[in-house]
Amino acid sequence: MAYSDKVVDHFNKPRNVGSFDKTDPDVGTGIVGAPECGDVMKLQLKVKDGVIEDAKFKTFGCGSAIASSSLATEWVKGKTLDQALEIKNTQIVEELSLPPVKIHCSVLAEDAIKAAVNDLKKKQAASQTAETAKS
Amino acid sequence: MSLKLELPIYMDNHATTPMDPRVLDAMLPYFTKKFGNPASRNHAFGWEAEKAVESAREQIARAINADPKEIIFTSGATESDNLAIEGAIGMYGATKGRHIITLKTEHKAVLDTCKHLTSAGAEGEQGDKAGQTAKGALAKGVLAEVTFLDVEKNGLVDLKKLEAAMRPDTVLVAIMAANNEIGVVQDIAAIGKLCHERGVLFFTDAAQAVGKVAIDVKAMNIDIMSISGHKVYGPKGVGALYVRRKSPRVRLSPLIHGGGHERGMRSGTLPTPLIVGLGAAVELAVRELPEESRRLRALRDRLWNGLRAKLDHIYLNGDYENRLPGNLNVSFAYVEGEALMMAIKDIAVSSGSACTSASLEPSYVLKALGIGEDLAHTSIRYGIGRFNTEAEIDFTIDTTVKAVQRLREMSPLYEMAKEGIDLKSVQWSGH
Repeated sequence: MAYSDKVVDHFNKPRNVGSFDKTDPDVGTGIVGAPECGDVMKLQLKVKDGVIEDAKFKTFGCGSAIASSSLATEWVKGKTLDQALEIKNTQIVEELSLPPVKIHCSVLAEDAIKAAVNDLKKKQAASQTAETAKS
Repeated sequence: MSLKLELPIYMDNHATTPMDPRVLDAMLPYFTKKFGNPASRNHAFGWEAEKAVESAREQIARAINADPKEIIFTSGATESDNLAIEGAIGMYGATKGRHIITLKTEHKAVLDTCKHLTSAGAEGEQGDKAGQTAKGALAKGVLAEVTFLDVEKNGLVDLKKLEAAMRPDTVLVAIMAANNEIGVVQDIAAIGKLCHERGVLFFTDAAQAVGKVAIDVKAMNIDIMSISGHKVYGPKGVGALYVRRKSPRVRLSPLIHGGGHERGMRSGTLPTPLIVGLGAAVELAVRELPEESRRLRALRDRLWNGLRAKLDHIYLNGDYENRLPGNLNVSFAYVEGEALMMAIKDIAVSSGSACTSASLEPSYVLKALGIGEDLAHTSIRYGIGRFNTEAEIDFTIDTTVKAVQRLREMSPLYEMAKEGIDLKSVQWSGH
């Protein structure tokens, strides 16, 4: 199976590879997948004033999985958390021209975004509760 | 001396091999000038073709210490495997028994044939009337009962377990000589001896073994054996089946009916050029085997030692000693196999990750070794062959090491492992 040019490009020059400090209150971390299934994605978002100002990923998985997560980090930047949740796997499929057997890679990327956003929302809710408790 | 490498490099010689130019030379006259049908008994064109076919039969027989009459030509090892198993059950199922013993690590051509015989409806398709007279034990239409034996962690079968699985109604043991993924070479002589002591027929799929390791069907007590053309630098679309004629005399029910070619076991006009190619390829490979196997082993050792010197967390799959000289199957922990193949695209290899398959299941052979699905996804099979050079091995080491390092830097698993997190203890959100 040949890969699309965009997948090859993201694979050879992945955007935003790396990690943020998980404990940073402005960082949301999503880890999805399982080693037994052959793909694990870690996607991290960093927010400032309600907007995602930076994103990083690390992925264990095939070229399409790496490309999907690389693309996801590009797309979430500049979005609010709610806008980021609107990113659909089908958009990733279309952008990267993923074949049917690779659709699960795009699903995983969508799940990773959701998991990271939820992690951040949980953190924010927790800190708000803490604030309220203090006052 | 600096040799410029020609890219991409082919190092997937278990999948198929390039044809040796000497084999092609032997074949060429039989496409155009010497095109006769070997079954034409009444003119020079037929005689010429028949002579070529019989000469190829002798070449193959000599290479494995068989009699030329014991060689049946087929379309390839898959057909040979089907004919061996279905043919044996068709011939002996009703009288000797319907129990087959095979390994979980066999080629799909063996596993699927066995599964087919155990499914209801096998009888109708195969047209084996003997099925109807089988004594009660099997459901209607089912032609065989199969034991799929586990292998040990190194990929080899434990002879005691094989012996323990044998029953009075065991008719056939089907165990491959050399595995196509992990390259492990079974103790064929010991298995053959055991089978003959117990009066059980011994079939071995030797598609990966012929021309790579020494095979002597008499000394090893092999009764039926599959041979492939394109795995030994011969043409695709041709193979052979060795079928023993003496002590015991083995007969097989045909799968393909027609003109009664090949002692009635395989009808169909013989493809003379392909058969000539198969004969030449097998003869060449066996003649050059001692020297070539030393050369391949040295290249393989160089590759394994080179990878081990520069990378940690890499694991060999399958026994190292009892192994095809050109095979290396390695798991590179924390790096998915298909991504690794993409990163070393200038080298053609295979992966057990099978990420491309719809099932997303990693290699069943690696799973049978008990190495865990996580590591199975990270495996690469290097198949070093006749035309690979030392310079190519060095390039492969260098390229693989760089790719693994790059992919590990972007692997969340590697990061977690470095942090001391036990990956087995993590609650994954697998889907």
